[in-house]
Parts: sequence; structure tokens; C-alpha cells
Amino acid sequence: MSWLADKYTFHILVSYGSAFALLGALIWATVAANARARQELADLDRERGK
Amino acid sequence: MSIWRYANPAEFMALTSKVIVPLWVLAVITLTVGLGWGLFATPEAELFGHSVKIIFIHVPAALIAINTYLLMAIASGIGFVRRHHVSFLVAKAAAPVGAVFTALALITGAVWGEPMWGTWWEWDPRLTSVLIMFFFYLGYMAVWAAVDEPEKAADLSAVLCMVGVIFAFLSRYAAMFWAGLHQDASLSVESGQRVDDVFRTPLYISMAGFYLLFFAILVVRARTEIRTRRARAMRAAQGAHA
Repeated sequence: MSWLADKYTFHILVSYGSAFALLGALIWATVAANARARQELADLDRERGK
Repeated sequence: MSIWRYANPAEFMALTSKVIVPLWVLAVITLTVGLGWGLFATPEAELFGHSVKIIFIHVPAALIAINTYLLMAIASGIGFVRRHHVSFLVAKAAAPVGAVFTALALITGAVWGEPMWGTWWEWDPRLTSVLIMFFFYLGYMAVWAAVDEPEKAADLSAVLCMVGVIFAFLSRYAAMFWAGLHQDASLSVESGQRVDDVFRTPLYISMAGFYLLFFAILVVRARTEIRTRRARAMRAAQGAHA
């Protein structure tokens, strides 16, 4: 854990932080888009069944 | 049994429904082990100090950035020649994922470069190729977003993708052809190991974890594209009957 008080701490935190932020945003957007698409299909199926 | 049966959307959805959960679970476990090991259980490197911990993000991100572009080019080529919609949709689904990994490779590369090379950015052949590849990713997504007609968007984006594939190759091999700041491959089959043993195992685990995450995201995005396309077709059919 000595890297937490190292001259490279900032660089390490930026690297891991940007990875978590970017991938987290991508996963969020992916899951949200998938949920919307599922809902839209379910709505259309329901309309077709009427 | 032919692989082309998975070009059928129903077959693709049936197959992928079985692998989604295992992919996510394995990705989380592998990434936790790989990054945890790399971050907390590896020593300082002789030349790079603790900044070596950046490779556990940078190397997998750069590898996936390049290979995703190649995957998109192959999928686009198959879609273009055989007119398989699933191929186009897989390429479309992969683009944002590849763009994010490319951005991550550029960011972590800059963060690594600052202490090692004394600069955040250099117009080095390899770095420049990766930046141009990133712009091709953006251009590819822009074509899909700008063209309303799906068939036309698929064809135009496929052509753009195949044109840009040269920069995916250059991103990988530019360091071999031109002198620049960026080192040659950190891991290479041809030239043996270049990363010390103590870093190599967690690096391989991190790479496996990022690849599993990539495929998990890709599968969900491809399924979303197929659902969206089906919904569009259903709306068009409803409109035709009305």
C-alpha cells in the first residue's frame, strides 16, 4: 500500500479512477438502453395482442 | 452445424441469453483478483517505481481498443458481403465499447507518459495512430447516428470501418516501423516475455477480466440492437396495416 504516499499516487489514482468512471458510465448506459429496448418490445407485443 | 446459424437473430438471442450472467460474474471476479493483485500485491518496478501499476489498466485497454476495431472491421466485412444484419449490429454494438477502451488507453498512456517521458502527449507514431483510430470510432458512431435508413447506415459505416482498419494495425505495429517514444509491445509471442514475472500474472488476469467485461457489455449491447431493430420493424408493420 506504500504507493498511496508515493510521487506516483496521483497518476495511479487518475488511471484507476478514469477506468472506473468511463467503464461505469458505459455499463450504466448499456443496461439502461437494454431496459428501454425490452420495454418498447413488450409494449409493442401487448399492443399487437389487443 | 454451421456458425452462420448465429447470424439468425433468434439463434443469436437464444445463445447469448445463456452466457450473459456467467460472463458478468466471471468478469467481476477476474477483474477484482487481477486489479486487486496488481494494485496491492505487486512491488515497485526498478525503472518505473509504483507507476508500473498503471499497466494493469493501460495494456488491457490498448489491446481491447485495437482488437475491437479489428472485430468491427471483420463483422462489417461479413455484413457487407453476406448481408447478415447481426454482423452489422455486432459491429455497431462494439463501437462505443471500443471507443471507451481507446479513450482509456489514451488517458492512462498520457498519465504514464508524464512521469516517464516528461510529457502528457507526443506526436509519436503509435500514439498518433491510436488517436486517429479513436476518431474513426467516433466517425463510425456518427454515421450510424446521422443516417436514418438502417441499410444505408450499415453499408456506409462498414465502408468507413474497413477504411480505418489500417490505423488499428498501425496502433499495434507502428513502433516496429518508426522510431518513437512508445516502447514496443509489452507482451509479445514472438519476442518472449518483456514484463517481469511478478507483474505478468496479475497483468494476464487483468487482461482476462477486461476481456470478459468487454464481451459481457458487447453481448448486452448487441441484444439491445436486435431488439431495437425488431421494434422498428413491428412499428413499420403496424403503420402499414393502419
